[in-house]
Amino acid sequence: MIIISSSETASIRTEQDVARLLHRIKAVAADTGLGTVSQTKLMTAASELARNMLFYANEGVSYLEQISQGTKVGIRLTFIDHGPGIPDVDLAMQDGYTTNPQSLGLGLPGARRLVNEFAIISTVGKGTTVTVITWKL
Amino acid sequence: MEHYLSDLLRRQKKRLLEQWIQNQLASSDLRDDLMSSDELRAQSEEVIDALTDVLSEKNITNPQSTDFQNLSDLLAGISISRARQGFTPRETGMFVLSLKDTLLDVLQSELADDPVRLHDLTMKISKLIDNFSVSTFETYIKGREDIISRQTSEITDISTPVIQVWDGIVAMPLIGTLDSARTQVVMENLLQAIVETGSSIAILDISGVPTVDTRVAQHLIKTVSATRLMGAECIISGIRPEIAQIVIHLGIDLSNIVTKASLAKALQHAFGMLRLVVRKQDRDLRSA
Ligand SMILES: Nc1ncnc2c1ncn2[C@@H]1O[C@H](COP(=O)(O)OP(=O)(O)OP(=O)(O)O)[C@@H](O)[C@H]1O
Ligand SMILES: [Mg+2]
Repeated sequence: MIIISSSETASIRTEQDVARLLHRIKAVAADTGLGTVSQTKLMTAASELARNMLFYANEGVSYLEQISQGTKVGIRLTFIDHGPGIPDVDLAMQDGYTTNPQSLGLGLPGARRLVNEFAIISTVGKGTTVTVITWKL
Repeated sequence: MEHYLSDLLRRQKKRLLEQWIQNQLASSDLRDDLMSSDELRAQSEEVIDALTDVLSEKNITNPQSTDFQNLSDLLAGISISRARQGFTPRETGMFVLSLKDTLLDVLQSELADDPVRLHDLTMKISKLIDNFSVSTFETYIKGREDIISRQTSEITDISTPVIQVWDGIVAMPLIGTLDSARTQVVMENLLQAIVETGSSIAILDISGVPTVDTRVAQHLIKTVSATRLMGAECIISGIRPEIAQIVIHLGIDLSNIVTKASLAKALQHAFGMLRLVVRKQDRDLRSA
């Protein structure tokens, strides 16, 4: 069972919102006892997911939670948007897949490799929800 | 009746002003370090005059009335200038709110024998002044937002300096988050500096960048390609150990780019490319 010990919500509408969120993640991750490497990895994953929301869905909401499960503690981030959704999630999770010729198509698969747990649910026409967890080692 | 309030204020002006100033001076929120008592007096008197000139039983229930234009402008000017001077919102709001206390005091002594009217006017004056104090807050915040947006654009300018570190070598330290506006400025400033200084090597130092995500990486790749198109070479320095790991995890290919752990290492590499040698001077050379 996952127990949530603190939670904050932020709406993501501008690049400044993303920058602010990353600062908060760093502070909360440090407070949870995550090391610099884990902190920076989590921030980078968050940067990818928040910017995807901004770019593909125009806006969204982020949840930043301190959680524990048994003796483990960690950070859970959830990104929820009501944008167009992703038709083929497996495809979108592949390295190099992108619908934007300007991009590298590494955001989603890269974010997955930067965290301990990663879940994505997307429905076309409804939106996308991505949840990631980084545990303190 | 029409001019009752106006007349009352005019008649009681001296008392109003003195009492209001007393209230402000007595308050712990007064910033006598930011404003002299002469200034405070002048501002307070102006506000009282602007209110006295127009207040009637008609417009007292309508703070949006054009009658109050002068007063609103005056209050807006005061809160913007206070925002710039560094007053807190509380200190700025108290300026208007303390006027309410004073007005009600005066009203109370004037209308001691007419409780019905006193009650009526008390309610109305309170509402009116509350309304002005809300506008004061709004303007104050707007003043602060203007300051913030000006600072943001200043930061964008000053946070992308290009330094000529050697003849033929320019360096640009990047500090802070790179949003789209800044990435554009970074690229333009660097390319321009290469042309202006006739340099053949550019060093982009990212030690001060919080992290490298796909967008920052892509921007770095683009900047390197653009410098190459101009016949120069670009070295990326300041890759911290965690950043190196993240770049690998993201699967970003930086193998075509010369990367170095520190600015010193990048400079060393650049000297090598320019066939420059830095060495310690022989001890004897000087004494001989
Ligand atoms: N929140 C979202 N809503 C709708 N579509 C999305 C969302 N996130 C990702 N996608 C789709 O999935 C594709 C892959 O996303 P991913 O983040 O991996 O790469 P990218 O954003 O295209 O490029 P990069 O992140 O490397 O700059 C995107 O091109 C887009 O079509
Ligand atoms: Mg992306």
